[in-house]
Amino acid sequence: MTSLTLAARPLEFFLTQYRRVWRGTAVTSVVTPIVYLLALGVGLGVFVDRSTDLAEGISYLEFVAPGLMAATAMQLATFESSWPVLSAIKWDRQYHAMLATPLRAGDVLLGHQAFIAGRILMTATVYLGVIAAFGAIASPTAILAIPVTVLVGLSFSLPIAAWAAHSESEASFVAIFRFLILPMFLFSGTFFPIANLPAPLEVIAYLTPLWHGVTLCRDLTLGDVQLWSALAHLGYLLVVCAVGFALARTTYRRRLVV
Amino acid sequence: MAGPNGHPLIQARKLVKRFGDFTAVDAIDFDLQRGEAFGFLGPNGAGKTSTMRMIGCVSPVSDGSLSVFGLDPARDGVEIRARLGVVPQQDTLDMELTVRENIVIYGRYFGLPRKDLGMRADELLEFVELTERADDKVEPLSGGMKRRLTIARSLVNNPEVMLLDEPTTGLDPQARHVVWDRLYRLKREGVTLLLTTHYMDEAEQLCDRLVVMDKGRIVAEGSPRDLIERYSTREVVELRFDDGHRPDDFGYWTDGLASRVESLPDRVLLYTDDGDAASHGIHERGLTPESVLVRRSTLEDVFLHLTGRSLVE
Repeated sequence: MTSLTLAARPLEFFLTQYRRVWRGTAVTSVVTPIVYLLALGVGLGVFVDRSTDLAEGISYLEFVAPGLMAATAMQLATFESSWPVLSAIKWDRQYHAMLATPLRAGDVLLGHQAFIAGRILMTATVYLGVIAAFGAIASPTAILAIPVTVLVGLSFSLPIAAWAAHSESEASFVAIFRFLILPMFLFSGTFFPIANLPAPLEVIAYLTPLWHGVTLCRDLTLGDVQLWSALAHLGYLLVVCAVGFALARTTYRRRLVV
Repeated sequence: MAGPNGHPLIQARKLVKRFGDFTAVDAIDFDLQRGEAFGFLGPNGAGKTSTMRMIGCVSPVSDGSLSVFGLDPARDGVEIRARLGVVPQQDTLDMELTVRENIVIYGRYFGLPRKDLGMRADELLEFVELTERADDKVEPLSGGMKRRLTIARSLVNNPEVMLLDEPTTGLDPQARHVVWDRLYRLKREGVTLLLTTHYMDEAEQLCDRLVVMDKGRIVAEGSPRDLIERYSTREVVELRFDDGHRPDDFGYWTDGLASRVESLPDRVLLYTDDGDAASHGIHERGLTPESVLVRRSTLEDVFLHLTGRSLVE
């Protein structure tokens, strides 16, 4: 029996559980991009477009939309792999139910992450649809921004799940949102080019997975993809995912099989 | 040491579980034969749950050997767990799903086809008398109902052995009897039961054979009857005294009337084969306790004798 066959089973659990709440999240995933694009892309964009000349006649809406898409994936992934992971270990204990059956810690991790990836896939697809409706897509390569956004999500959900499985309490999750996620949301190139940052902060921004995701998504929706830089962004995100997965597999085992 | 039914289903030799410097299970040996109901009796912290978790392949063995169905838990966890039914001490039901969904999704963890699981869930819910609650969420169910659902769920894969970790801890007396009744029926149907408990009445009701555990070690093994015969007397006289009326030394009062005297903070126990004669005897010698109770020996007395402590503290 391969790992994937086994991992499909916890995935089925999370989908069953999700069936109860999907309507609410579906509404959110349509409304959120509309609100953000109206406020920032259209509203703020009027000012930005008047005063600044973004490269090659790009509107601020076109600039900010793909960044918001990647940043939203980051937030969703972080949320989905913090509280729900600790809950499945400590409060609702669904992981323990799974481990009393043929499933192993690694299968449980994979299945849960597959569910989170699915959630991001849905959200990203809707997001891109809304961006298209706002007329902010310049190239058919934009479609590739969807899988890239899923990868951005996983580059957060895997390390965060590793941390959550290591945590005794939820106290650190609020700190993660406040001191990691929020600064990344604001300063990783979503709203303005990181070249505008002071030099040391610019270097830090380069290291965040979000900057790589935002930049690649933007290149894809604008149809301005350079092969080598695209591969470098992808490679960076994949490395973060791989490290996150290895860490999560370790913390899951340590926590659940003792 | 193969029993009358052939190779044991579970066999432990010098089995050890350590957590850092703490030894939770200290070199225990036991065999579980097919079809029997086998119990680990002991107070909290005796090492019962750690033993169960090693058998359930969710806790690596620190030392010694453990074989389950002739397989190695370190290597064959997936295969072993497919043949076990686990009722954990703390419920792991999903509160958001319905009663029936909990069984179906659990069956899916075993890879059972969805089309068979509907019918299987109905049978199991009928067995634990939860048919009427099938489409309710789990959250509002009583503790006893949740326990019954956990038992039903653990049967979804037709397990060869059920592992029950303190199956009735925290339930009210009536709910306990319902759970015992279901377990008794499973036992009659030939399901092998392995359970831990710190209730001696539970061990007496359900176990064909048990081991008494204390501080990670097995201190006695046998059937409930055996153990009582070996480590206790047929009857026990319990004496309670008013403040100030309790003698410091019972040697004179009980000499020749009891084979052993156990002096506890709240009462004095006289171990004897004839309780009425003993209570008669001490009255004749002029001892006047506030109350005298003659009862049969229980596993509690065995435990007290072996460890000097009561089971439930």
